[in-house]
Amino acid sequence: MGRLAAADREDRLLLIGLPILIGVVLIGWIIWRAVADLDDIEARLLTPASVLELTWQHLVIVAVCTVIVVGTAVPMGILLTRGPTRKLSPPIMGLANAGQAAPVIGVIVLLALLLGFGFWVAVLSLTIYAFLPVLANTITGLKGVDRSLVEAARGMGMSDMQVLFRIELPMAVPVILTGVRTALVLLAGAGAFAAFIDAGGLGELIQTGIVMFRYSVLVSGAILVALLALAVEWVGRLVEVYTKPKGLS
Amino acid sequence: MTENHTDTGAQIELIDVVKRYPGQENAAVDDLSLTVPAGETVMFVGPSGCGKTTSLKMINRLIEPTSGQILIDGEDVTTKDATELRRSIGYVIQGGGLMPHMTVAENIGLVPGLLKWEKRRTRDRADELLDMVGLDPSTYRDRYPRELSGGQQQRVGVARGLAADPPVILMDEPFGAVDPITRQRLQDELMNIQAELHKTIVCVTHDIDEAIKLGDRILILKQGGRIAQYDTPEQILSAPSDDFAADFVGSGSKLKQLSLLRVRDLELVRPVTCRVGEDVDEVVARAEEAGEQSVIILDERDRPLEWVFLRTLRRHSTVTDPERELHTVVDHRSTLADALDSMLVSSHGGAMVTEGGRYIGVISYDTVTEHIRSAQNGES
Ligand SMILES: Nc1ncnc2c1ncn2[C@@H]1O[C@H](COP(=O)(O)OP(=O)(O)OP(=O)(O)O)[C@@H](O)[C@H]1O
Ligand SMILES: [Mg+2]
Repeated sequence: MGRLAAADREDRLLLIGLPILIGVVLIGWIIWRAVADLDDIEARLLTPASVLELTWQHLVIVAVCTVIVVGTAVPMGILLTRGPTRKLSPPIMGLANAGQAAPVIGVIVLLALLLGFGFWVAVLSLTIYAFLPVLANTITGLKGVDRSLVEAARGMGMSDMQVLFRIELPMAVPVILTGVRTALVLLAGAGAFAAFIDAGGLGELIQTGIVMFRYSVLVSGAILVALLALAVEWVGRLVEVYTKPKGLS
Repeated sequence: MTENHTDTGAQIELIDVVKRYPGQENAAVDDLSLTVPAGETVMFVGPSGCGKTTSLKMINRLIEPTSGQILIDGEDVTTKDATELRRSIGYVIQGGGLMPHMTVAENIGLVPGLLKWEKRRTRDRADELLDMVGLDPSTYRDRYPRELSGGQQQRVGVARGLAADPPVILMDEPFGAVDPITRQRLQDELMNIQAELHKTIVCVTHDIDEAIKLGDRILILKQGGRIAQYDTPEQILSAPSDDFAADFVGSGSKLKQLSLLRVRDLELVRPVTCRVGEDVDEVVARAEEAGEQSVIILDERDRPLEWVFLRTLRRHSTVTDPERELHTVVDHRSTLADALDSMLVSSHGGAMVTEGGRYIGVISYDTVTEHIRSAQNGES
């Protein structure tokens, strides 16, 4: 637990506090589910098997989007901080900003109208939405690396690739991971909209709840999405604290 | 340098080197020609912005010259791959420039790693160099830079520059970021290392005293990298080529000549010494027999620990390690200017002198002033 002790106050508070909060709310909901007087439809929608199935779908959407976002935004951030592509940084940042400012439901519906319904269209729209924080933090993190250290590294005879992978990226890791965590939480929340275009996930509870006037189902869906987002935040912070290169304060 | 030695350094030659930064009217370095002999230390001094750093970085091609040629050991640096070239040139910058996410040993092992040395050899080399710059390997090799003081970081920076045993070492204001006492120590250590290794060192500094102390030659540059004077410290002090050089060296050049004389050129006195753990009464008896009021405490490896008055010593029954930071120790290669500096904070009117860390005697204030007086009489 040396790492935890060394983490800053905010991290420590959240790393310990979040699981407690999540646990309490989740247990509360399970108890409610067990003792509440539910009608047929509600009971069918809220069976443990169906809730677990939807949670799994939700997680798959979040995971796939995260992999795509990290796999595209980090390399793009690297390109935009070096060489001739550096000049493209402002327009692309502008575009990414716009992508995030657009309401996610709008993007999803628009793309669904253009490309049809389904899992991959949901993934595409969510990816667009979560792209910015990772890109922005990759650029910020890389730009934040002390130039004199980069020059020292070059002066010792490191190639550009060696400087990138052995000096710049390790030093930028904490900032990049903060961007990834932000993206994860955005995805976990916005993932609820995937259900509107038949891509599954916990959003289905919310949607069905609305359509069938079953508010207990609607609220259950909302609570579970929120818990998932918090859990993702917790995992993200844990990863951040444990992957931070030693020696960086 | 008077010792017999074989140079491990390589000659550096700059021929009509020009550097013009894009969009600037005047060249930052305008037609600089210069030869740095193998195994010598050349100090670049000059006003801010005169092109010292630019000239230095052109040698390892961190900056590409606009025109002209740079030869190391007769070979044009542009014929080699730039990264390849840099691995064969040590590079030391202000503050040490240590990578914060790497341990001290990893930092020192950077260039050997790039040269694909065996792990074991790299590790042994790091330990060897830590020892050389006065840091205990077992204590420091696994530390991260932020767990070191500024002076220690700078020491590791010097060690890293030496790691792959390059013939040429470039330093850009290496000791600019440390306090005066630490700076003096670091300079002394560098002199000792250089006396042993005979690298070709090009070192940029703001401090003319540092240049006089460390340099075999000094290059005084004017704006645009033009040479005002390139000569030995002795010549620069006694015969500045023009007003610019004279101004740069500054007033008090008599006093500055103290920087040309080394402690080892003068006679040392040898007061009574003792070791940790000895019986105080015996030590006091020995000192009093010699008619002295103070003794020097040494550790088991002959390093000086403290210079104490007998009345202080008497507080304990056996000699104890005072465990204080010593300020009144100078290396035998230190300049008289440094020695005087140290003496001013000493209550004994002298400074302890070491050679390779081991105590060899004391230089007294009287010896120094006597020497100055006789030198002046000899001149007039
Ligand atoms: N990358 C650069 N682009 C444009 N001009 C530069 C660049 N680097 C240095 N210069 C200019 O070239 C001149 C010489 O700079 P240089 O860094 O060599 O000076 P210096 O002698 O090392 O100064 P200091 O003592 O302040 O470190 C200065 O006028 C500086 O403004
Ligand atoms: Mg400079």
